[in-house]
Amino acid sequence: MTQKKGSSSKQNEFTMIADKENAEEFSSSASEEKVSVASNWKLVWWRYRKNRLAVISLFLLFFVLTIIIFPDFYANQYSEKTNAREAYIPIQKIHFFKDGKVDLWAEKLVGKRNMKTLAMEWVSDPAQSVDVKFFGKGFQWKFLFWNTERHLLVPADASTRIFILGSDRMGRDQWSRLMYATKTSLTVGMVSVLISVLLGVLLGGISGYFGGTADMIIQRLIEILNSVPYVPIWMAMTAALPRNWSSEQRFFAITVILSLLGWTTLGREVRGKFLSIREEDYVLAAELIGCSKFRIIANHMVPTFLSHIIATGTLMIPQMIVNETSLSFLGLGLRPPAISYGVMLQEAQNVKTMAQAPWLMIPGLVVVIAVLMFNLAGDGLRDAADPYSK
Amino acid sequence: MASYIAKRLLVIPLLLLVFSIVIFFLIQAPPGDFMTTYSAILAGSGSSMDNEQLNLMRIDYGLDKPMHIQYIRWMGKLLHGDMGLSLLYMLPNTKLIGDRIGLTVLLAFFSFILSWLIAIPAGIYSATHKNSIGDYFFTVINYIGVAIPNFFLALLLMWICYDLWGLNLVGLFSPKYEMAPWSWAKVGDLLSHIWLPSLILALGGSARLTRIMRANLLDELGKPYMITGRAKGMSEWALVMKYPVRLAINPLVSTIGNYIPQLFSGSLVVATVMNLQNIGPLLLQALSMQDMYLSGSILLVYCLLAIIGTILSDMLLVWVDPRIRME
Repeated sequence: MTQKKGSSSKQNEFTMIADKENAEEFSSSASEEKVSVASNWKLVWWRYRKNRLAVISLFLLFFVLTIIIFPDFYANQYSEKTNAREAYIPIQKIHFFKDGKVDLWAEKLVGKRNMKTLAMEWVSDPAQSVDVKFFGKGFQWKFLFWNTERHLLVPADASTRIFILGSDRMGRDQWSRLMYATKTSLTVGMVSVLISVLLGVLLGGISGYFGGTADMIIQRLIEILNSVPYVPIWMAMTAALPRNWSSEQRFFAITVILSLLGWTTLGREVRGKFLSIREEDYVLAAELIGCSKFRIIANHMVPTFLSHIIATGTLMIPQMIVNETSLSFLGLGLRPPAISYGVMLQEAQNVKTMAQAPWLMIPGLVVVIAVLMFNLAGDGLRDAADPYSK
Repeated sequence: MASYIAKRLLVIPLLLLVFSIVIFFLIQAPPGDFMTTYSAILAGSGSSMDNEQLNLMRIDYGLDKPMHIQYIRWMGKLLHGDMGLSLLYMLPNTKLIGDRIGLTVLLAFFSFILSWLIAIPAGIYSATHKNSIGDYFFTVINYIGVAIPNFFLALLLMWICYDLWGLNLVGLFSPKYEMAPWSWAKVGDLLSHIWLPSLILALGGSARLTRIMRANLLDELGKPYMITGRAKGMSEWALVMKYPVRLAINPLVSTIGNYIPQLFSGSLVVATVMNLQNIGPLLLQALSMQDMYLSGSILLVYCLLAIIGTILSDMLLVWVDPRIRME
């Protein structure tokens, strides 16, 4: 709202362009009216929804958000439940039909030791099946304030285990672990981007708005940080963390470490925006009215490029996820008992294991999918961020 | 031009000084020192050392001195080209790093060349054949190329090659040449191994470059001078290659500055997965064993490589784009 007050002349000019842009979609005069009074965010959304891939990604991301909030619901067993006799069980296929009728069941895998290689070989036994059901009962978890035992997909017989995505070296269920890994990895990605964005806006803002010595110092800082080889420095920083820290402390430290080097791109962008907006009439007007500097920045300047910041931030998340995954994979990021994509991928470190249990690479595929979703949604946002552009 | 280069070169020692302080702070930050790790290893292998011996070794290696003295000693040695002794290997760091630095730079160089060799033709094709099947194909490849962490790509390819052909794609040399002195046959062997890690490293970069190239070229293709060229009867190929492509490449050159440090960083993780003998796995080992002068030296080398990369790209930009030279 503040922005509309501030740049009404600009608004008119822009809406004309926006009208032309949306001509086919809003041909009637009523909808033209709709465009000219629509808020900035509405215009952004109208443009965003034209990009089908971006909309699909956004929906998927909302779904993923529920995994981040309630991983226990999607998991069907404790993430650390081990059983040496159930190690390296392949993917147990889930079927929806049996003898032409709708019936949910999983293949029963029977292990036999190959007497030549002495390795366990699991084969599906067509004579047997495991009944599974949606929203069945499993281990207890806390949904907000209530204890519940409901899970998305569990075996009907609570004493058996199913391995939707196979099991690892210690007989832990990959599906359940993947849910917790999604929570951890995506949280690291999003929180570190949030910190980077805050740093970027703050330092870029100071640099662009005040100029002078502050600008000089921050610019040099950005230049130095830009010529830093990220991964080695991250490695040195995470290696410097005390070893007796708890998983939570480590998690927080890694998030901060990732964001310390990540803010520079955004800082530059914000600085550029500030430099160009500083000269606008509405900023001068706000100054003349006697607005405080903070108010001008927070209420008048930042909203004009907030959508840009969000778009850039969204595009930074996948980078951070990949960074965390690489670091944890090397053993320098998060460590067990924390579960992240990188920690899970550590199980797949040598070729022989991978050949024996290719499903151990599934966490990597999930990383690719997560990164793709964020990239597609971010690209859509970036294109829609300036609804007045051509 | 000369003064510009001189100015950029003068900044290097200053930057290195800043980096060296930060790096020193980082490498000595973990609690304990190499002797702690060393005694833990000894304990693990059954033998042990008493505290007195450990303390004597600490004094020998100067690990008992306060932090700033240790830093000054390290810097003093560094200025004489001495990177200290690796406590882990009991070898001079200069030798350890020197043995591997060539391969580090070579790997980055190859992947750099490969990424450009892939990106520019792909970008040109995508822009000139906008919305064709080929364009969509490249777009999909680009999205995946950006999304796939390079170490995971390495894992995936290693698995596929092992599963299908029983090949173990590890290392940069065949076992026969691993310990052999340098010869032409060894160089050939290296070249037959280095392309895969280079390609893996190049893919992510080329995906980004292709997108930039496509977008820039599309902007240029819509400009009036294209119509003029066509009106004059220029062939489409010559017209595209001579003007818009040259202009569209300039922004790519300006991305090199960020790209080269990333290449060195990326090669680190891939090298660890594929067990390539560059300085990446060495750094990982040094960090986990708290061999602080080795890790510090490698970190400094990484920083130096990154700075040189940035400066080279700036110079390249000045050379490619005369408009910048004028300013």
